[in-house]
Amino acid sequence: MSQVPLQRKVLSENDRIAAGLRAQFQEHGVLCLNLISSPGSGKTSLLERTLESFPRNRRVAVLTGDIQTENDAARLRRFGFPVKQITTGGTCHLDARMIERHLADWRLQDLDLLFIENVGNLVCPSSYDLGEAAKIVLLSVTEGEDKPRKYPSIFFKSELMVVNKVDLLPYVPFNLATALENARRVHPGMEIVQVSCLKGDGMRDWLTWLEKRLNAAKTLQPAPVT
Amino acid sequence: MHELSIAESVLQAVRAEVKQRPGSVPRKVGLRIGQMAAVDEDALRFAFEALTRDTELESLELGIEICPLRCRCPQCGNEFVVQNYESQCVRCGNTETQCVGGDELDLAYVEVEENEPSAAAAKSS
Repeated sequence: MSQVPLQRKVLSENDRIAAGLRAQFQEHGVLCLNLISSPGSGKTSLLERTLESFPRNRRVAVLTGDIQTENDAARLRRFGFPVKQITTGGTCHLDARMIERHLADWRLQDLDLLFIENVGNLVCPSSYDLGEAAKIVLLSVTEGEDKPRKYPSIFFKSELMVVNKVDLLPYVPFNLATALENARRVHPGMEIVQVSCLKGDGMRDWLTWLEKRLNAAKTLQPAPVT
Repeated sequence: MHELSIAESVLQAVRAEVKQRPGSVPRKVGLRIGQMAAVDEDALRFAFEALTRDTELESLELGIEICPLRCRCPQCGNEFVVQNYESQCVRCGNTETQCVGGDELDLAYVEVEENEPSAAAAKSS
């Protein structure tokens, strides 16, 4: 019997494709953001609010993932930006190959910002790198404030947490201070914004964060070869 | 249930390894899984068994090493296992520590039995 050392990632094929996507995004100065949450936390609503606030010449596109239906893409297409639905047909997460395939007929040089709305799930999407610059986790106040401790991986890996549905705080037994403390415990450096996609509260904080990241993505872009 | 696709990737890697070593029989595959990798050990074992049943890999054993969340303090160089998400340096109290482990999802090794024809012949004589 002999032991053969392998020393490579289980998902090395996914990671290889994701690395290729990341390099392309950087080359074209595209900020790619991967939105992850439980079903019903408000990923699509946040994107609706965001797209609604953008001028029509904004170079933005959305890939939205679900197990079934084109419903989310239909909701997001109303704003006039390119939107594509990825239906996984049962798979609980998006992987890098799905992103690569659905980006094939889009020109990255025409984009500054690409949102990927992952399948509603707090667990599985956290294992799959999609080539994004940052993961964003949403937590709504109709969920438990202990979600960051129950599902630490995704909170640990996300650069930003968006607390949604804050307009409902007076009506639900959600302790915001405890939720924030739980999130900071799992990921001390994570940035946090509080919004209500329904009423519009806090949207300015979210958009400020977005612009800051967009500017950072532009400065990372290699200078064009002359 | 992404454990099913993870188990598939593991078996793919094992089959690729066996292909490179004709005549060898894989006995065990070893994984290193970080505490923060969002992979459930029971679900992975269940998927692994389901995928190997009635195949040439039916007797393949799955070894799993769970790797704890570990941080390193850039101030004093201390490296420590994080308990209860307290990432503050346990030696000097610095709160700005860096995560250096706990996110692994690695194929560590495959144990193979080399069934070289010459060796088998030597044994039987």
